[in-house]
Amino acid sequence: MSFRKVAVPLVAMVIFLALWELLVWANGWPNYIMASPSDLPAAYSRFWELFLVMGWQTLWRTVVGLLLAIAFGVLIGMIMGFSRTMRDALYPLLVGFNAIPKATVVPIVALLFVGAHDFNTILIAFMISFFPIAVSVSIGLSTLEPEYRDILRSLGASQSTIFWKIALPKTLPEFFGALKVAVTLAFIGTNLMEIVSPHGRGLGALFDSGKTNSDYPLMFAVLIALAFLGIVLYYVVVALEKVFAGWAERQPT
Amino acid sequence: MGEALIDIKGVTHAYATEAGPLPVLDNLNISVPEGGFVAVVGPSGCGKSTLTRLIAGLMKPDTGEVWLHGERVKSPRSTVGMAFQNPVLLEWRTILKNVMLPLEIVSTPMSKREQEERARHLLELVGLKGFEDKRPSELSGGMRQRASLCRSLIHKPEVLILDEPFGALDAFTREDLWQTMHRLKAEEPFTGVLITHDLRESIFLADQVVVLSGRPATTQYVMDIPREGIPTLDDLYTPEAADRLNILRHQIEIAQGRAPAEEAAE
Ligand SMILES: Nc1ncnc2c1ncn2[C@@H]1O[C@H](COP(=O)(O)OP(=O)(O)OP(=O)(O)O)[C@@H](O)[C@H]1O
Ligand SMILES: [Mg+2]
Repeated sequence: MSFRKVAVPLVAMVIFLALWELLVWANGWPNYIMASPSDLPAAYSRFWELFLVMGWQTLWRTVVGLLLAIAFGVLIGMIMGFSRTMRDALYPLLVGFNAIPKATVVPIVALLFVGAHDFNTILIAFMISFFPIAVSVSIGLSTLEPEYRDILRSLGASQSTIFWKIALPKTLPEFFGALKVAVTLAFIGTNLMEIVSPHGRGLGALFDSGKTNSDYPLMFAVLIALAFLGIVLYYVVVALEKVFAGWAERQPT
Repeated sequence: MGEALIDIKGVTHAYATEAGPLPVLDNLNISVPEGGFVAVVGPSGCGKSTLTRLIAGLMKPDTGEVWLHGERVKSPRSTVGMAFQNPVLLEWRTILKNVMLPLEIVSTPMSKREQEERARHLLELVGLKGFEDKRPSELSGGMRQRASLCRSLIHKPEVLILDEPFGALDAFTREDLWQTMHRLKAEEPFTGVLITHDLRESIFLADQVVVLSGRPATTQYVMDIPREGIPTLDDLYTPEAADRLNILRHQIEIAQGRAPAEEAAE
């Protein structure tokens, strides 16, 4: 990685923090209206242990929810991609399910499985994020040009060989595009549940406790920590994409 | 004529469409002897690609039979190689790995090293030496089509089916590839069916040209092209070649319904 690739985003981040600080300072906002970046180190150093524990909880539940979403989304996507009838049958259901704002589902799930906090959180992260994966896989498979199938099929290859050798790799770029959306969605799902459910855990619960104690710097510190985790998750997906679907990247000419 | 390697006997086929059955092939008969190379020309949409899919065993005809090497074709078989107008190379593989793809499907007595040597040799024959490790996106359309030809031959198929493989290329690249085809054929014996809409291509490459009628297609006209050795592009500009092209062009006009059929009978 070149120096430029690291330096440019870092400088952008510093400028952003400086503008934020300036905005708060210029308006003379007290920190119960808007905390400024200079309030954050104090919040982190006071609660660093909590941040690590809660951050880890948020992270693993998001990842587990996302993995389930990948497994289920790919399965549904394959079913819809290979069968016209199943696509016609499932698509409206999926669209309807996806259209329900998940914020309304969160309290229902929280009440339905009271106490099963890990399960609830993972469930919401999963429900909110499998849709783009299912759609991208099904579109990728159903738009595969027939000639691609035919070059293998004319040699007597089985459906599963065609899937592994051609259909799956060919769908990977779309899959990763969807995964980038899904990872952000799963993260939102996790946090919704953590904030809403009573006696929750994770960064969402830490945020909630900041709210009940009117600890505004803590709330902002959680926001920044969430942003950091979000960035890490996103770039993990980007790195995986480079490894598995790097061939789809256009060479700069 | 000796034993036919490809024998298409009275093949009739219709597609089921929303507007009812669409007859595409009507009692079609074509037979190609071992080592022969037949070009099939006909109006657009008359059923040429359908014919290739039937020969390859990708579909079954409604009635009639397709025989390859004395065996009735009921499903795809590994003794067939195919190339299409779209080269369909896999973007995530190098050119060499693309060419070797069929060997991952069909069983072959070749060792891994022999397989790779054969792939490299074929690539050299078509003028792609030095591009083995490139990705398809780094090649021009003509180069991709060359690679696709190598892929169709890598497993030493008895039968090569080409569906307008040069259709999307410019005239110079196309003529270049015609000569490549002759080079390949001299080294790699195969029996071939070439679908094309280029009459010059048909008389340059094939030893028999079959003109199909409009949809539903049936054999309308057959022309034998005498072959002595490898032709040169100059051979396309002789009076004999001009006569052949004229006759074929006229037959196509009849097939398209643009010229009355009686005229041709004279
Ligand atoms: N899977 C299918 N279902 C229904 N109709 C089809 C199907 N495939 C082809 N057809 C129709 O059958 C006819 C013949 O198609 P085919 O592709 O064999 O023609 P072609 O001679 O190869 O045409 P071209 O010269 O344009 O390549 C066309 O009218 C086409 O619309
Ligand atoms: Mg066609």
